[in-house]
Amino acid sequence: MTTRDVSFTLNGRPATLTVEPRQTLADAVRQHLGLTGTHLGCEHGVCGACTVLLDGDAIRGCLMLAVQAESLSITTIEGASPPEGLGVIQDAMQRHHALQCGFCSPGMVLALEALFAHTPCPGEDEIREAISGNLCRCTGYQPIVAAALSVAEKNRANLGAAAPSA
Amino acid sequence: MKPAPFDYEAPTTIADALKLLGGHEDARPIAGGQSLVPMLAFRLARPSLLVDLNRIPSLAGIEEKGGVLRIGAMTRQAAVLASDTVKHHAPLLIQALENVGHPPTRARGTIGGSCAHADPAAELPSAMVALDATMVIAASGGERRVPADDFFIGAFETVLQTGEILVALELPKQTGGSAFLEVSARKGDFGIVTVAARIAVKDGRCTDAALVLGGITERSVRCAQAEHILKEQGATPKAIDVALAALPLDTVTMDSRLASAAYRRRLIPELCRRAIEAATTSKVAL
Repeated sequence: MTTRDVSFTLNGRPATLTVEPRQTLADAVRQHLGLTGTHLGCEHGVCGACTVLLDGDAIRGCLMLAVQAESLSITTIEGASPPEGLGVIQDAMQRHHALQCGFCSPGMVLALEALFAHTPCPGEDEIREAISGNLCRCTGYQPIVAAALSVAEKNRANLGAAAPSA
Repeated sequence: MKPAPFDYEAPTTIADALKLLGGHEDARPIAGGQSLVPMLAFRLARPSLLVDLNRIPSLAGIEEKGGVLRIGAMTRQAAVLASDTVKHHAPLLIQALENVGHPPTRARGTIGGSCAHADPAAELPSAMVALDATMVIAASGGERRVPADDFFIGAFETVLQTGEILVALELPKQTGGSAFLEVSARKGDFGIVTVAARIAVKDGRCTDAALVLGGITERSVRCAQAEHILKEQGATPKAIDVALAALPLDTVTMDSRLASAAYRRRLIPELCRRAIEAATTSKVAL
């Protein structure tokens, strides 16, 4: 069986794995590194549960091969979470009851992380577009959108407050 | 749901990629992987060697030169969608891309990959046909150029031969306003019916018209007769009615769990009317 060594930045730290070329990035981070926050739902690019960040962009972890990550920078939900407590988006999702079973949550959080990174104050349409590729079977999406809107609102207030002194 | 084993190479030049593809019986190039990786997972594709085109810098980029827009085949869909150059040169391509997948699939998915994959319900092939694009193909013997309308043959079938790579798409400056409309089960899904319309009106006369249907049969269908009527009679409400009566509804063969052929035939005229009206009233810049 052919294997390859692949070196990349994972959650800000260098990582080197020995993988089979057929192994997807999502499988590799789960099986070789024990980072099981990246969930696998459909395994063919439909559900978005396996979303990870590639150089800051949300991508499907099940549609990229681990060997393709060579020298790139990958962030999983473990890397997007603070060492203790919850991140801003995670906290908003908890307060708005934006999860029930939690299976889609890592993907939802990372899809929103990618959105907020370049659009700090998105409107509802932009939020819905950003999570349009992520399926949730529990919430009906409304609380997730509400959580994201609350983050946008907070960002707007912070940016607005900073504006006069700038 | 796990791919069968394969070997993997990631060349950095087109020449090396062509050599690898030509040297193996069932080697396959991989672009953004948004269609091929699911096919690997389902084992619908079982190549012995995957030749990754993602490490070839000369395959990606957007460049306007002498009125022609050249988009490298490996340019990400997200990069094209965000490009002001494309927005001014070929707004129909932007309009089509807004219907392609979701932000995470567009971040990896490429313009050339979608065209080479040639899904009959995909948006980009129809847009390429409606924009009179030229597909630039590289082989070890040199390059050849094929008009988009001749490039697509059938479902998942193009003129690309084993050992060839689609390297770029060349678009003339778009004449006229445009619209891309579709009916799909969910936003981002492939279309049940898609319509790409590009209509140029000058001094009350219709100087150019392109009307291309997707999702209805094995490949995109150019509505030549309807286009001819619009060019002859102008894009007036009366002429549009005549043109809609001349749509190639008999070419609809797609009949699926999602939508019957009869339903698609009913959708087409209304979707075409809306697309033609939107194209004639749209400014060229979005």
